Amino acid sequence: MSEVTIEWYIALSVVLFTIGSLGVLLRRNAIIIFMSVEMMLNSANLAFVSFARYLGNLDGQVLVFFVITVAAAEVAVGLALIVAIFRTKKSISIDDLNLLKG
Amino acid sequence: MTTDQVIFIILSVFTLGTALLVVTLRNLFHAALALMATFLGVAGLYVMLDAGFLAAAQLLVYIGAISILLIFAIMMTRRLMNTTESAFNSQGGASLVTAVIGFLVIAWAVSQFSRVLPQVVQKQVDMKPMSPDVIPYIQSSVAAMGQAFVDPNGFVLPFEIASVLLLAGLIGAIIVAWPKAEDEES
Repeated sequence: MSEVTIEWYIALSVVLFTIGSLGVLLRRNAIIIFMSVEMMLNSANLAFVSFARYLGNLDGQVLVFFVITVAAAEVAVGLALIVAIFRTKKSISIDDLNLLKG
Repeated sequence: MTTDQVIFIILSVFTLGTALLVVTLRNLFHAALALMATFLGVAGLYVMLDAGFLAAAQLLVYIGAISILLIFAIMMTRRLMNTTESAFNSQGGASLVTAVIGFLVIAWAVSQFSRVLPQVVQKQVDMKPMSPDVIPYIQSSVAAMGQAFVDPNGFVLPFEIASVLLLAGLIGAIIVAWPKAEDEES
């Protein structure tokens, strides 16, 4: 096997997704959790693009384009939320965001 | 080892290494810089996958816009940058177990794909995976994507909805971050 096959890309995508999910589960800071979510989106995009390449079909790339669009909107709104939360609570550690905890 | 494989390994080590840095670094600003490097690595992988347009979009949107937004947010919440408390919450063990289980589930699902995919490929296009014979589709990929976006049988509806979503996100972000009247005076 001399070429870089799709399995390599998918394996990389799986590992990247797992690292991102570890970041979401482990970190305290809301911004880092955001970054990890972006990383997970990126790994899914990578899987989409490699499947699109493998199947010779552009639908995967089109979908990635939409994912990038939604990610941009999501980051803008999410960061606005984080800044608003910081302004009221003076903290963005998720351990302090327990208002909904009965 | 072919050149492609060497490049792939360099890119993936770079991507995964910087991704690990994002998850482990305590300094928020450094983590954001590492995340930019991760995005750069993924853009390089897009180039390897002959998705040049998406690589450019990745550079512009992720590295150009999203990372800058993140850095702005970090600076607005600067007080947390030099914190001394642990960067991790107290659910390390449970998180690790969850992540490992998630990894195994996805890896299993992907290993099932390789059983299905070859038949799909033979049905659609007769080609070797990841071989140079698929280049013609790539060369016209930007034009084909552009047409798919405005094709009534393609993605014109999601495309328009995406533009509405971006507008809604823009207005929503402004409203959420808008200072309240009493904040302005203080």
